[in-house]
Amino acid sequence: MIRKILNKIGAQWFFLTIMCVAYLIVGLVNFTIFENTILAFVGLFWKILPILPLIFGLILLSNLFLDPKRITKYLGRKAGFKGWFISIFGGILSTGPIYMWYPLLSDLKEKGMKNSFIATFLYNRAIKLPLMPMMIFYFGWPFTLVLTALMIIFSVTNGLIVEKLIKVRK
Amino acid sequence: MDLVEAWDQGWVEVENGNNMNPPRQAAIKTLNSFKQTFPIIVGVLLLVALVITVIPKGVYPKIFTGNKVVDPLVGSTFGSIAAGSPLTSYIIGGELLNKGVSMIAITAFIISWVTVGIVQLPAESLMLGKKFAITRNIVSFITSVIVAILTVFVLGFL
Repeated sequence: MIRKILNKIGAQWFFLTIMCVAYLIVGLVNFTIFENTILAFVGLFWKILPILPLIFGLILLSNLFLDPKRITKYLGRKAGFKGWFISIFGGILSTGPIYMWYPLLSDLKEKGMKNSFIATFLYNRAIKLPLMPMMIFYFGWPFTLVLTALMIIFSVTNGLIVEKLIKVRK
Repeated sequence: MDLVEAWDQGWVEVENGNNMNPPRQAAIKTLNSFKQTFPIIVGVLLLVALVITVIPKGVYPKIFTGNKVVDPLVGSTFGSIAAGSPLTSYIIGGELLNKGVSMIAITAFIISWVTVGIVQLPAESLMLGKKFAITRNIVSFITSVIVAILTVFVLGFL
């Protein structure tokens, strides 16, 4: 039954439908929570709105200039140090919520980007340069520096483990 | 022919390898990607908004027991479920620190907040593959505890 619906409308629309049904149930059970949730949703949507053109602009650029051959060279199986460097710094410099980057990564994966580089990119999204002053304010300089350094090292470890486990499970 | 029809026809042309110029091909591919992604983004936003509203910030200090072994796991678990700006995790972490919660637990909480995403898991699975999403989140959960222990260990020498 669910498979039939999934095939007909697509998993993405099925997911959205489930969320809308969940909201409907929340609205029927507790209208105040429903109202607050809608306000939170509008706030979040407003926040990501400026990032949307950036992400789809990057996807357009990747479709224009990056063919699978080039992606394989820089982020594929034989990319080596270049691949780690791009995924670490790409992750650190990328802005906005993590889920905004899934479409671009999915596009690059189709073109040949390695799972380890995707995992490394996503792990480095935890390092937020604009929020560093806040982290320093709450936890101090030494904590911020040690944590950042360890996160960068572990992003590579994370990528390697994910790649290995996916291969083993295949 | 309306826009959707033109778009769909264009996509069929791309798929059939008909002679379209690269910019048009790229634009159609990007539009198709947008068409596929937009419902997922809206769905995730709805889920994040629901989690933010249902789990208020005041809940987090109550979940830590003071146990040095259990607290880092509790921190990682709740950091994985929580959603929203990482700034919120710093503020909650700061409050927890003042309440005497162990630094390892707070660090695990902050790390898993941004590296593990239970709320985003459906979207990650749909776009990057179920196997990848589950493996990455499990590995990130484990490393959040390891990095937290190592951070506090290294800080002990400074």
